Amino acid sequence: MTPTKTQISNAATKPNPKSGHLAWYAAVATCIKLLLIPSYHSTDFEVHRHWLALTHSLPLSHWYSDHTSQWTLDYPPFFAHFERFLSLFARLLLDPTILHLHDGLDNSSPSLIVFHRLTVILADSVLVYGIHRLGKKLGSRERNLMWVLVVWNPGLLIVDHMHFQYNGFLLGLLLLSLSWLEDGKDLMGGFAFAVLLCFKHLFAVAAPVYFVYLLRHYCRGGLVRGFGRLVIMGTVVVAVFVAAYGPFVYYGQIQQVLGRMFPFGRGLCHAYWAPNFWVFYILLDKGLAFVLLKLGFIIQAPTASFTGGLVGDSSPFAVLPTVTPLITFVLVLLSLVPCLVKAWRDPQPRMITRWVAYAYTCGFLFGWHVHEKASLHFVIPLAIVAIQSMEDASHYFLLSIVSCYSLFPLLFEAQEYPIKVLLLLLHSSLMWLGFSSHFSQMAANPRALGQKKGGKLGLKGSSGIVLHNEEFVIGWIGKSYLLGLLVVETWGQSLYPVLFGDRLPFLPLMIVSMYCALGMIYSWIWQLRKIIIKQ
Amino acid sequence: MEKRKRTNALKDDDENEDNIWWLVVQRGLAPSLISISLFALLVRVAVSLHPYSGAGKPPKYGDFEAQRHWMEITVNLPASEWYRNSTANDLSYWGLDYPPLTAYQSYIHGLFLRNFLPDSVSLQTSHGHESYLGKLLMRWTVLSSDVLMFFPAVFYFIIVYYCSGSHSGRKSDWAWHVAMILLNPCLILIDHGHFQYNCISLGLTIGAVAAILSDKDLLACFLFSLALNHKQMSAYFAPAFFSYLLGKCLRRQNPLLEVLKLGFVGIGTFSIIWWPYLQSVDAFLQVLSRLAPFERGIYEDYVANFWCTSSVLIKWKRLFTIPCLKLLSLGATVSASLPSMVQQIWAPSKQGFLYGLLNSSLSFYLFSYQVHEKSILLPLLPASFLAIDEPFLFKWMMHYALLSIFPLMCRDELILPYISLSALFILLYHAPGGRKEKRDALSPSNLKSFVVVFLVLCSLALHVVYLVVSPPEKYPFLFEAMIMLLCFSQFLFIAGYTNIKQWMTLKDSALENKEKKYL
Repeated sequence: MTPTKTQISNAATKPNPKSGHLAWYAAVATCIKLLLIPSYHSTDFEVHRHWLALTHSLPLSHWYSDHTSQWTLDYPPFFAHFERFLSLFARLLLDPTILHLHDGLDNSSPSLIVFHRLTVILADSVLVYGIHRLGKKLGSRERNLMWVLVVWNPGLLIVDHMHFQYNGFLLGLLLLSLSWLEDGKDLMGGFAFAVLLCFKHLFAVAAPVYFVYLLRHYCRGGLVRGFGRLVIMGTVVVAVFVAAYGPFVYYGQIQQVLGRMFPFGRGLCHAYWAPNFWVFYILLDKGLAFVLLKLGFIIQAPTASFTGGLVGDSSPFAVLPTVTPLITFVLVLLSLVPCLVKAWRDPQPRMITRWVAYAYTCGFLFGWHVHEKASLHFVIPLAIVAIQSMEDASHYFLLSIVSCYSLFPLLFEAQEYPIKVLLLLLHSSLMWLGFSSHFSQMAANPRALGQKKGGKLGLKGSSGIVLHNEEFVIGWIGKSYLLGLLVVETWGQSLYPVLFGDRLPFLPLMIVSMYCALGMIYSWIWQLRKIIIKQ
Repeated sequence: MEKRKRTNALKDDDENEDNIWWLVVQRGLAPSLISISLFALLVRVAVSLHPYSGAGKPPKYGDFEAQRHWMEITVNLPASEWYRNSTANDLSYWGLDYPPLTAYQSYIHGLFLRNFLPDSVSLQTSHGHESYLGKLLMRWTVLSSDVLMFFPAVFYFIIVYYCSGSHSGRKSDWAWHVAMILLNPCLILIDHGHFQYNCISLGLTIGAVAAILSDKDLLACFLFSLALNHKQMSAYFAPAFFSYLLGKCLRRQNPLLEVLKLGFVGIGTFSIIWWPYLQSVDAFLQVLSRLAPFERGIYEDYVANFWCTSSVLIKWKRLFTIPCLKLLSLGATVSASLPSMVQQIWAPSKQGFLYGLLNSSLSFYLFSYQVHEKSILLPLLPASFLAIDEPFLFKWMMHYALLSIFPLMCRDELILPYISLSALFILLYHAPGGRKEKRDALSPSNLKSFVVVFLVLCSLALHVVYLVVSPPEKYPFLFEAMIMLLCFSQFLFIAGYTNIKQWMTLKDSALENKEKKYL
């Protein structure tokens, strides 16, 4: 028999109820990922290929100053090292022109596609390990449910395995860090987070939460002990950053590195507007300009447009004040304040995942040049929270559907249309099945509930909430909102082209991001409320 | 309500902590069927991203081009011209060689294609048409056929099979069974990878089987006639249907009337479908000659059946003339399926009927004239019906069925989906807690397990060797022949085993009857 066969059948016959099926879920997901190899990939594919070639053929000191391709390296150094590591295998397995800085440009040979996709699939093992660590202390049902939510997440499949990125790997690092924090191993958690920041700096939005939490939770117990621990933690984090950026400081490249990593010239919104707060700001501006024009005021039409992607220095707003990176930064910090206060007052390990997810939600809603993919940063951690109570489950149900739907514009070709729709439908039906059977069972069988709770991490306080809700329900507002998604989709896909033809091609996308932004803002308010009232 | 009571008793099993299917089966039949089918559909769409047979290989291309060409012919020419050679319809270029129902299906799909991409079905000029949208639309026609024919038929079968009372299985058992039938890797690879419409004829056959299981014999007769009219290969099942229905009729009060009723439905269905070709004897014979292409020889390529395997020793094609071979293969097929037919006429039973389907289709696969490697799908179907009683048999057969189509998959550049679907099948088959480990006669005991492991290693080695090693120049088809030999031996063994099992159902039912008497 094949190794997989025996391995799986052994797992099936093992009497230990704690034995997990995570390997099974991951293996099934891997089969689907393998099948998706020939699907559409975005320019990110060429971006990563170029980085393979760049890190392979240039010395470290030139990584961030090269101009060969427009896809310059804009991830932190650890990711560059990761690409360099992958290029070692690419050199062994593939045609060497792929790794050539100039000759390899826009190369997408079948062998490269298979290789590149396989690296993403293999890198996902970090995610699997992270979720395995997080599931250790949960009951069997909760664990299985959580694994299904994370390992079979449609958003990750769409972004990583079709569109092409390494989010599974990076989120795996985040989950690892969270799992250590939940276990009370703060030093490891802090270390993992520092490493994550040196892989992708966009995760830095949660840094304030980490800082406050670690300061209050790790560095407690008197002035001397606390200071000692602060020094330890500081040393670890600084060591990680020195390992990442030190060489570039040595080569005098650090200015260049930071310039590449923070390209503020890119404008407030991405080409396709991420469904966040700024969508409403822009729409308000357009609406006001329209009304004022009608009233006879002279409004100067903005020179820059939002749909063009790259926006220069000129203000794209007609009426409302222009938004600068500083404003978005302050807004994000302000929205984080309630969570930071909570973390300062009562730093509890069981709340950290919630807080971190909230931080990424704030970053997503108010941040500068946010990509729609960034919604994964909080949807994945929230999957861990979702199984804790009915309320969390129904919130997660709504949020993950909205987040997955907001990723639809990434795959705009006809070939992938049925795949993204089926992924979303399958995910929603599994979520519904999982949540409704899990919670109805808990309601029907409170004794079993008590037993399960005992094994769960610090959930005794919240079990009351679960007992009150008998069945998994989504309120009528939620239902009609989800139905609205269907309307928006049919409108954009079939009615719009018939009614408007080729005019205003960006309008359906705008409606999608506006509609999804409603859901995102609901999720933000819900999380905020939950954080404030939760004791 | 009754069903719920019965399943309640078995609920404890379903709520076993280790059971992976609990998630799917907790909320009843419909939601679990929906989520399993969504997954099955996702797998199909993902496979359809891969290349089809003959992609970019002029001048003949492959089955994809054949199907597209039939759409082109049926959409542009009147029905009377479909099977006739003419300047517009060159029969030597993928001439229509399936019964009229396939032609009607091509016509409908052709209309769909013409609506969105007229170039892809324009007469003559569209030969070898290949485009992004063309591939997509063609793939979608298979997907929609699958959803409209195969899936509902499977649901019908599962509902009948588990609600008829003969199988009081756990809920997770039937969820597992649905997944096994819907995610048959061979079927998905051939329909959505290689490109064919087996889902339609197999779907109709499943419908007919389900109708038999629910005692709706006339409906079964109607559906099976449709299946026969979609692909003549459905006749692989004909002995089983014939013998079961005949056996059943003979036990009725008025056998002749029952047979007449069935005959009327069958002939009626046929005559409606063949209507455009019943106007003259000439037209009828023209179609018939297209359906039986005896001039193509007793076997094609390398198929794991008796004729092809024994041709290593006996050069059938050289020694015998075609009429002689026809008779030989007819005799061999009939005598191979005879035991199972006799059993069903003598003592028709539903379980025996399912075994009969497997036996008759296997004997056709092994001994009949002009068998393709793709025809293994037909015996696989009844094997998947029996998966819950004979899980090991099903797995074993699937393993060798996959191996037997491996060379074809290599030609079509479908190795990646082949690997991934095989793995998916093994994973789903061994899904933790999915099925109680029943000790059936074929599951490996310690003595047998050595043989089993050896054979599996052999087949895995053959996969690798076929991919990596180039064959010696003297025997360019050495590895194909080895694969064929291994598969044939296994299929022959399975055929023998299932024939014995079918006769054993007789003993079981006799025992049951005795017990009833004593009670």
